Amino acid sequence: MNVEMIGFFFLASLLVGFSLLVIFVSNPVHSALALIAALFVMAVLFLTLNAPMVAALQILVYAGAIMVLFLFVVMLLNPGTAERKSALWWAGGSLASALLVLELLGLLIPRSETTAWPASRIEGPFGSPEALGHILFNDFVLPLEIASVLLLVAIIGAVTLARRVKE
Amino acid sequence: MILELGIIAAKAFLVLFLVLNLAGIMGWVERKGSALIQDRVGANRASVMGFAGLGLVNTLLADPIKFLTKEDFIPPYGDKFLHTLAPCLAFFPALITFAVIPFGDVLVIGAREINLQLANINIGILYIFAMASLGVYGIVIGAWASNNKFSLLGGVRGSAQMISYEIAMGLSVMGILMVYGTLEPQEIARAQGELLWGWIPAWGIVLQPVAFLLFFTAAVAESKRIPFDLPEGESELVAGFHTEYSGGKFLMFFAAEFAEMVTSAGLITTLFFGGWQIPFLMRDGFHFPWHSEVNLPHLVVVGLQTGGFLLKLVFFCWLFILIRWTLPRFRYDQVMRLGWKMLLPVGLANLVVTALWMVVLGEPR
Repeated sequence: MNVEMIGFFFLASLLVGFSLLVIFVSNPVHSALALIAALFVMAVLFLTLNAPMVAALQILVYAGAIMVLFLFVVMLLNPGTAERKSALWWAGGSLASALLVLELLGLLIPRSETTAWPASRIEGPFGSPEALGHILFNDFVLPLEIASVLLLVAIIGAVTLARRVKE
Repeated sequence: MILELGIIAAKAFLVLFLVLNLAGIMGWVERKGSALIQDRVGANRASVMGFAGLGLVNTLLADPIKFLTKEDFIPPYGDKFLHTLAPCLAFFPALITFAVIPFGDVLVIGAREINLQLANINIGILYIFAMASLGVYGIVIGAWASNNKFSLLGGVRGSAQMISYEIAMGLSVMGILMVYGTLEPQEIARAQGELLWGWIPAWGIVLQPVAFLLFFTAAVAESKRIPFDLPEGESELVAGFHTEYSGGKFLMFFAAEFAEMVTSAGLITTLFFGGWQIPFLMRDGFHFPWHSEVNLPHLVVVGLQTGGFLLKLVFFCWLFILIRWTLPRFRYDQVMRLGWKMLLPVGLANLVVTALWMVVLGEPR
């Protein structure tokens, strides 16, 4: 149990705690704030994994920009406390999440016996802005461009919906 | 090990000392400076044994005591926890953003080299934007937790305004990143020590003048002060997002505003005005283009550079105050039009022109 492990378990338990708060708190604004805190802790986890670029983008894009819009909408609609869902709805949701957990476990368990997970951090330029840029614009140019076109489509769609129709 | 930790602690103390004290002094300059601009006497009511000290006693002693001893009112139907959390959320990013701004070159004492910058991380600029993007929460959450329509309107205005101008700010800095080819503020500052054609310092303002105008406008808008103080807008929204705040919590919003301005001034200095660079001052002294040299000892050079950085920083802090007391408030639609229809296209055009220029010349500078 070295310092890094203690740090990891501290951050991981914080992350799990905030994530649980997101779904168990009844006030939607509190829930959104817990999600922001969870995203922030996740960014710190990325930092400990030697990926500062991903960490900064995590805060900049998710905690800083997208969640502001979330909060914006929640506050303007002001839904009060969340409505209670029926038992059937809860059962369906639990089943879906159980399937997800099973799938992840199936991925984790067999490998942990045969191959050792890399326990150490990857050193070197991995995760630096230069390395990320090289990978994105050399090996993954096409997926990157497709993703950006997808975003462009979403923006155009939003503008079309928001445009005032002339009568 | 202990010595290295001590050095880091000393630098952290120095940076916080600088930001907090400049923020406090700016409060005084704002009161006395506004009086100067508006041709009136200004703060002079409080005095200790007949000594008013040009309003220093008023601002640095009487104001804090008054703020801290006033009733801390929490709206009974608001959210008590979030109402208390919001000023902290506003204050926190304003304090820690300065960590990546370099305030000097490398200081060599014996065999030890001390980088005069608190956090040397290779994503410095992204870190600044990540922290700046968190600054919105203090306003939005404070506004919502107050359970007041004026507060909520102020919060909505504030978040829309800050998101809009963050885009223009990011685009303007992209030009700087392309020209200097790094995300690290210390390296950007170092690169600005080079000379163009042997005599013009390669400062950001010389290479990217349009980006400077965009960045400066966006920085003033981000500070939420007149002419961009729509989130407060006294004549429309009582006091906007901090209508329901009193005492120490209001003081925290107030101080966060000044700390943000100090950080913005530091950023402008670092990105566009050479950071700690003084024209023609190299590591061993002045090298003037007319082939005369003045050799200086290392400590004097470092002292001059840090002093130069402080001077530029204070100048931009003063410029922020000057603008706030000179211009009237914009209308909200004007603020949005400026952000989206003027700054954004100009920023994009600046990016394209910079890219073309770099490709045609075949070199960054």
